[in-house]
Amino acid sequence: MNFAELYQELILDHSKRPRNFGPLPDATVTVKGDNPSCGDEVELAVKLTPGTVEALKFTGHGCAICMASASLMTIKVKGKSRDEAAGMAQAFRHMLITPEETAVPESFGDLEVFSAVRRFPQRVKCATLAWRALEQALSTAPEAAVSTEGNA
Amino acid sequence: MQSFDSKPWETIRRDFPILDQQVNGHPLIYLDNAATSQKPRAVIDCLTHYYENDNSNVHRGLHELSSRATMAYEGARARLAASIGAEAAEIIFTRGTTESINLVARTWGEANIGAGDIILLTEMEHHSNLVPWQLLAKRKGATLRFVPVTPEGTLDLSKLDELFAGPVKIFSFVHISNSLGTINPAAALCARARKAGVTTLLDAAQSAGHLPLDVRGIGCDFLAFSGHKMCGPTGIGILWGRQEILATMEPFHGGGEMIASVGFTESEFKPAPYRFEAGTPAIAQAIGLGAAADYVDGIGRAAIFEHDQALARQAVGLLKEIPGIRILGPLDERGGLVSFVLKDAHAHDVVSMADQYGLALRGGHHCTQPLLRKLGVPASARASFYFYNTPEEVEKMAAIVRKIQTFFA
Repeated sequence: MNFAELYQELILDHSKRPRNFGPLPDATVTVKGDNPSCGDEVELAVKLTPGTVEALKFTGHGCAICMASASLMTIKVKGKSRDEAAGMAQAFRHMLITPEETAVPESFGDLEVFSAVRRFPQRVKCATLAWRALEQALSTAPEAAVSTEGNA
Repeated sequence: MQSFDSKPWETIRRDFPILDQQVNGHPLIYLDNAATSQKPRAVIDCLTHYYENDNSNVHRGLHELSSRATMAYEGARARLAASIGAEAAEIIFTRGTTESINLVARTWGEANIGAGDIILLTEMEHHSNLVPWQLLAKRKGATLRFVPVTPEGTLDLSKLDELFAGPVKIFSFVHISNSLGTINPAAALCARARKAGVTTLLDAAQSAGHLPLDVRGIGCDFLAFSGHKMCGPTGIGILWGRQEILATMEPFHGGGEMIASVGFTESEFKPAPYRFEAGTPAIAQAIGLGAAADYVDGIGRAAIFEHDQALARQAVGLLKEIPGIRILGPLDERGGLVSFVLKDAHAHDVVSMADQYGLALRGGHHCTQPLLRKLGVPASARASFYFYNTPEEVEKMAAIVRKIQTFFA
């Protein structure tokens, strides 16, 4: 059945028990993202150094797709370089608008579970909310990250 | 549970060609009627007939087709007036409820609301009866005031004296809440407002096709509704206004159709309703709405109300047995819709999954964001009924919702 594909065990698990959920006191950037039409809200707190996404956590509420996507994203992106993280965000968002039959690159790992979202175009924005927040965080003033690193 | 004879309703259902289809391998169960209703064959045929036989621009035309189109268009106006106990000259065709409310805010509001004045609304308004007033209040330096909503989802009427105190100029409120199903005591509230010298606007978007409406009986000054929620086409709706008030109002949009005579620097305008209908109107849609009113009244709005309420009662009864469900709005008396929140499944997951069973629900804030925020709910799922829905469909809906809750638990 279609929805079993959409709501795979991994997605259910991460939506019920999101990882890296909660405040990040030493965050350098905090970005709030929302899907006003459905009420999904994700606040992403990121600790950025000049080159690296050192830590990230999120709070908020939303549908299973949105929460699971945010949770898995935090695991995937933590410790990656800023460029790698930005590349992943771009690749993830791109994957969701490719045709259903397009193969998902190996490098996606667990994130492959979201490929089923391609059959539900109205839900793409749920899956990408946290990633859009990440992209915005990465594009904000690197100086902020620099000065925090100096303090640390 | 139902007191109605299910046979004629089954026959009525066959008037709706769209309902006879499979969605995702299941028979379609369309429970998104508060968003838009389906259209009966009579309305679809009316539109086709118009375009195949009579299509022409209305008014000024001197040829046969134009006179047919004008007759049908003005006939629809008279038809809609009759259905709410009004005069034809009091019926303004608009694009829908939203445009009707904006028209009042932009014309009557512009002239009658000033700095320091108060616009009284309720906390259960649809964005369409909130944002136009926010815009007006900002332009004018007026203040918005709200009749609070109780945790049970009804209006808290205990402090009406305070709410009507001061320079309150208009009380604009919803008849049936699109997200709670609450039926507000429109006549009593309008009487209370009149006593305080306050003009009233009733948002009848969810009630027009669902229960008998009589503007004199209700005692409001303006009434707005959309055609597409009562079997009519999209893009057409009604603003009814008391004749003596419409006569004082400045035009809304300027252009053709609404003028008596035009000079290079100044123009004179026609009286209501034409004064408020600039440009070529939605002719086919207006005629289609007339056909929809015929169809709905043929069934009888009182019978529809009873039927919808019976389905809502049945739905509430079945849904409230699901562990962890929260049903929004009053449990006893409600219009034909039920909004709910599941403990373990977000509204969008509910709706996506329901769709896999051919069940059309709606999930989100239903354009009542401040209300849901107040109720502490980010989003709810909603099942909304119309006369072509059946008790069997309500049973299937409840069973599907139960499955969804189990899946996410």
